[in-house]
Amino acid sequence: MSIKVEEKLFQNRYKVDSGRPHISIIDEDKCRNQCEAQACTVCCPAACWTMEGNGQVTVISDGCLECGTCRIICDEHQNVAWEYPRGGYGILFKFG
Amino acid sequence: MAEKFDVIVVGAGPSGNAAALRLAESGLSVLQIERGESPGSKNVQGAILYSDALEKLIPDFRDDAPLERHIIEQRMWVLDDDSFVGTHYRSDSFNKEPYNRYTMIRSQFDKWFSERVQKAGALLICETTVSHLLLDGQRVIGVMTDRQGGEIYADAVILADGVNSLLAKKAGFHPELKPKNVALAVKEIHFMPQEVIEQRFGVKGDEGVVIEMVGKITKGMMGTGFLYTNRESVTIGVGCMLSDFKNQKVTPYELLEQMKQHPSIQPMLAGGEMKEYTAHLIPEGGFNAMPDLYGDGWMIVGDAGMFVNAVHREGSNLAMTTGMHAADTLIELKAEGKEFSKANLKRYKARLDESFVMKDMKKYKNMPEVFHTNPQFFNDYPDLISQAARTMLTVDGVDKKTKEREIRKSFRQRRSLFGLMGDAFKLWRALE
Ligand SMILES: Cc1cc2nc3c(=O)[nH]c(=O)nc-3n(C[C@H](O)[C@H](O)[C@H](O)COP(=O)(O)OP(=O)(O)OC[C@H]3O[C@@H](n4cnc5c(N)ncnc54)[C@H](O)[C@@H]3O)c2cc1C
Ligand code: SF4
Ligand code: SF4
Repeated sequence: MSIKVEEKLFQNRYKVDSGRPHISIIDEDKCRNQCEAQACTVCCPAACWTMEGNGQVTVISDGCLECGTCRIICDEHQNVAWEYPRGGYGILFKFG
Repeated sequence: MAEKFDVIVVGAGPSGNAAALRLAESGLSVLQIERGESPGSKNVQGAILYSDALEKLIPDFRDDAPLERHIIEQRMWVLDDDSFVGTHYRSDSFNKEPYNRYTMIRSQFDKWFSERVQKAGALLICETTVSHLLLDGQRVIGVMTDRQGGEIYADAVILADGVNSLLAKKAGFHPELKPKNVALAVKEIHFMPQEVIEQRFGVKGDEGVVIEMVGKITKGMMGTGFLYTNRESVTIGVGCMLSDFKNQKVTPYELLEQMKQHPSIQPMLAGGEMKEYTAHLIPEGGFNAMPDLYGDGWMIVGDAGMFVNAVHREGSNLAMTTGMHAADTLIELKAEGKEFSKANLKRYKARLDESFVMKDMKKYKNMPEVFHTNPQFFNDYPDLISQAARTMLTVDGVDKKTKEREIRKSFRQRRSLFGLMGDAFKLWRALE
């Protein structure tokens, strides 16, 4: 089943902190060469993580729901630098 | 000289609000810091509100709290790919006031709760993220925020910052969460007219229905699904342990989408308008995964302390109750003129041990392990139970005794007789 998560995220309200991503990869080489499962690319509920054609993994946190999954799931490599966005920025749940 | 308070509470979810309310009511100076635009704007819940915990804090909460429906019927469904077997419990006694459980919408509820906290005299600042704790040796003396001149001091800091519990982790009070101790839940809210909900679920006025689900919807992962009725909307969601998510290839939104397509679920959502998609972690590691709860100048309450009863789907009530006990501990020590040292804050733990909170956490302490090591509860059994029901209910000229034999055989083929007995025993021991 192919689902466009973008259509789901489109319903949400965000205040994006442009140019200040709150999640980043610590060592890109680890993602490419040492991590087999690349679970972050499957488990992120907002599809912020993608595996590029060349094996590189990238994260774009604009649609992030701030759950923490990507940080916890990368337990073997501990390769995710994860902070909450600055106060007031990020996801703004209307209902929660 | 930077400002100093008696207590800083980080977070304005149910645990932080409970603590701040109690402290402010007793005249302590309280600063509450919330990173969201307003309280609730970062928070996600099913959401069932258990009256008891809130009543202890705000006896008249029913007068103006934003409540959706009181629950008169609970359904438990075991689903396979195209059917469900279930129990429904509906009782008119649930229609007698004061009601025991309600559905609610978290962003509205948290805002309302926070207004009560502010009225009691606590100072709330929103849109402010605490980046780390200020330490003097092992002692917490305040917080650093992302505002200019962001240091603020207090005699104690209550960590009500939710499941990720970044602040205690950064301070070295506990290690990172393990994937096997947290569940990821994804959820949507679908709006539809009140009359449609009443017809579809057989309720009137403010009556509501909740459905808890296990089975093929989680694709063998340890997890559950749920569907709750609000006044003019239905929330539907599914959650599974991160350790299980990690080992398979289905995305959380695919899982939710497939669940929504289930022939027993789809008609309940038909015609609704989806207005929000959310995700949140739930700390389900139980008693054995709980971190240290207090130290010099700090205490942990709510989700940050792993206070969730996954079997009974309780969290917000434990959050409120732990927040209340943390506050009451500080109020008591302050009245006695004692400092908020680790030795004195031991009283917080003693209070929890005495309350239903720790008693329940201990009672279910083996549950997570039993489910982790016995995936048959989430894959084989739903199939078998549904097949059994289908076999018995299909009228096809086969006598019932033969059907019973077939059912017994199918159970034994999937699980040996010892396996079946062992499973029953394990469940019984874990629930006992
Ligand atoms: C899908 C789902 C369904 C659930 N269903 C139920 C249910 O039906 N019934 C039930 O009782 N429980 C349920 N729960 C559990 C319940 O939601 C939690 O147990 C409860 O919200 C915990 O409250 P809390 O105050 O500890 O944490 P939270 O509600 O997470 O609040 C933490 C607060 O701290 C703030 N914060 C965090 N870090 C910082 C920082 N560094 N600086 C400033 N602010 C910060 C956050 O923005 C947030 O407002 C459910 C949970 C989920 C995810
Ligand atoms: S799981 Fe961690 S190491 Fe692996 S690809 Fe993702 S971020 Fe990189
Ligand atoms: S925090 Fe959650 S939503 Fe955000 S990028 Fe990580 S997994 Fe995705």
